[in-house]
Amino acid sequence: MSTGTLNISKGINALKEQIDAPTAAFFSSCVHCGLCAEACLFYTETNDPKYTPINKVEPLRRIWESEYTLFGRLKKVLGLAKPVTDEMLQEWEPLVYDACTLCGRCSMVCPVGNDISTMIRKVREGMVASDHAPEGLIGASTRAVKIGSPMGIRLKALKAQIGHIETDTGLTIPIDVEGADYLALLSSMEIINFPEYIESLAKIFKQAGVSWTLSSEAFEATNSGIQIGSSDIARELVQRVVEGAEKLKVKYVISPECGHAYTAIRWDGPNLIGREYPFKVVHILELLDELQQSGRFKTSGLLEKRLTFHDPCQLVRKGGVEAQPRRLLAQISSQFVEMTDSGKMNWCCGGGGGVSANERADDIRLKVFNRKKAQLEEIDIEVMVTACANCRLVLEEGLEENNMDIPVIGLSELISEHLVEENAVKGENNE
Amino acid sequence: MELFSNANDFLLWTRGDAFNIAIGLFIIGILIRLLEIFLLGRKQDFSEPRGSEWGPGLKNIITRSVVDNGTFKRAPFVVVVGYIWHICFFIILLFFVPHIELIHAMLGLKWPGLGSQFIDASAVIAMVALLAMLWHRLTHPVLKFLSTFEDYLVWLVTFLPLLTGYIAFHRMIDPYPLALGLHILSVELLLIVFPFTKLMHAITLFIARWYTGAMMGRKGIES
Repeated sequence: MSTGTLNISKGINALKEQIDAPTAAFFSSCVHCGLCAEACLFYTETNDPKYTPINKVEPLRRIWESEYTLFGRLKKVLGLAKPVTDEMLQEWEPLVYDACTLCGRCSMVCPVGNDISTMIRKVREGMVASDHAPEGLIGASTRAVKIGSPMGIRLKALKAQIGHIETDTGLTIPIDVEGADYLALLSSMEIINFPEYIESLAKIFKQAGVSWTLSSEAFEATNSGIQIGSSDIARELVQRVVEGAEKLKVKYVISPECGHAYTAIRWDGPNLIGREYPFKVVHILELLDELQQSGRFKTSGLLEKRLTFHDPCQLVRKGGVEAQPRRLLAQISSQFVEMTDSGKMNWCCGGGGGVSANERADDIRLKVFNRKKAQLEEIDIEVMVTACANCRLVLEEGLEENNMDIPVIGLSELISEHLVEENAVKGENNE
Repeated sequence: MELFSNANDFLLWTRGDAFNIAIGLFIIGILIRLLEIFLLGRKQDFSEPRGSEWGPGLKNIITRSVVDNGTFKRAPFVVVVGYIWHICFFIILLFFVPHIELIHAMLGLKWPGLGSQFIDASAVIAMVALLAMLWHRLTHPVLKFLSTFEDYLVWLVTFLPLLTGYIAFHRMIDPYPLALGLHILSVELLLIVFPFTKLMHAITLFIARWYTGAMMGRKGIES
């Protein structure tokens, strides 16, 4: 058997394993109305019908029809079924990786209620198994498994960043504190591009009296396995976090300002390892909201610039974190404006679901940023706030490319800028 | 030898054997399709739920009938014509007096019908809507791209009962038993094709909407 045939049969088996009752109900219900295309920025910004979300799941549909329906099996026996071939998967690879951010907007719009984006995630399982994943994501996943981070960041680099922060601010960033209440996870992008997130956590947690720690063995929240669509890799990466949390005996694990990391650790993780966690998972925005609601920290001063909040898809449409950022922003901003299609109908930045890690998709990613550009042009804002390091980088690049001078800030960082620090307040009073 | 000696024989056959066969295939087919779906099951979800599944699942069955504003603005034709078609179809199916009588004879259920002028108008609107949808499917880039033989087949078997019903109602074919027989035969064709095509969406959309609503409810997402 040649490698090609072997790979395609692996791919087909992986697709078969993905089919469950919801998938069968979804495929039985699609009437080809085309509305999902109107919900997808890869269609609206290119007008190319091949980017219609339901078309992206055609390999999975063919497997479902020919293997799991009586009529489809009959067609297969009579030689009338269209098979899933290696060539087909090769053709579909850019559709499911370069032109889908797993943003889930199509799943909100489908009139028969099909969760199309979950099915696209399932198609990726077949793609990986048959060797049809993009180079960029293969590289990121390999680094994640071997080095511990998709961007190749080692503990040494994290410790260096922590050292800088501690020297600059006088704050302490706890590492490997056994018995702490909270284990904070970070994304590689935060460590390298936005270390101010770590500083913000330290500042706010100190003020709120939160017992927390980082783990030297499990600091990376990014899960490339989820993005590339390999449950095996995703499981291994989740397992590291679970082991790290169990070793330190924490009660909670905090998902950082990252969309898919939350999906990975909060919703997919327990199913990947096949058991419930002995700890709870909270997103940093959920925790900050809870701390503020219960008066554990206070903010002062209102940012008077017109600002909007970009909801990361995985937080709002896949995670249910929608009210928290708005409550938090209400405390620190006097001119908060919603985009049209905000909240759970917000448009993706264009770089989620591994698209920003896939260099081959750079051109189309910048093209579909036009959707975000149009949204922003409607409301004329001065500052953009978000809660995902990946959204933030993608937004910054898109804004720069379009000569739009709008700074993008992480919400945790913005809160820490407005944090009332008791010591500092006392200091001011003494002067 | 001719199959039927006259139009009355033909009508009797469509109301008798043919009808029984069609209803039988319709019911057995649907049961098979539902079993195909439910026997696949769902994996146990170990993640800690934020909300319940049942309520949001049921709610989604209702709320999915309303599209969000942004999508409506982008595709008003599909939404408006889709609504018009489905509403007119159900008016004809459920409120035309002879249809109610048939349902009464079969299931013992009965309710008041609508005047035939309403049914007549609904039939005309439904046929125009279906023709408009066909035109849209043949011309819109996305629909043209997505459409397969099955999409056109289900369009045809849906259109025929309307057309033959309209012809029979207005006595446009002689003799009348032939016209009525053709109408019943076209419905039987629809019933037989139903379980094995996307016409099944009329049943499975409730399952699909429930699953998606339940998943979202579990995660605390408003659907």
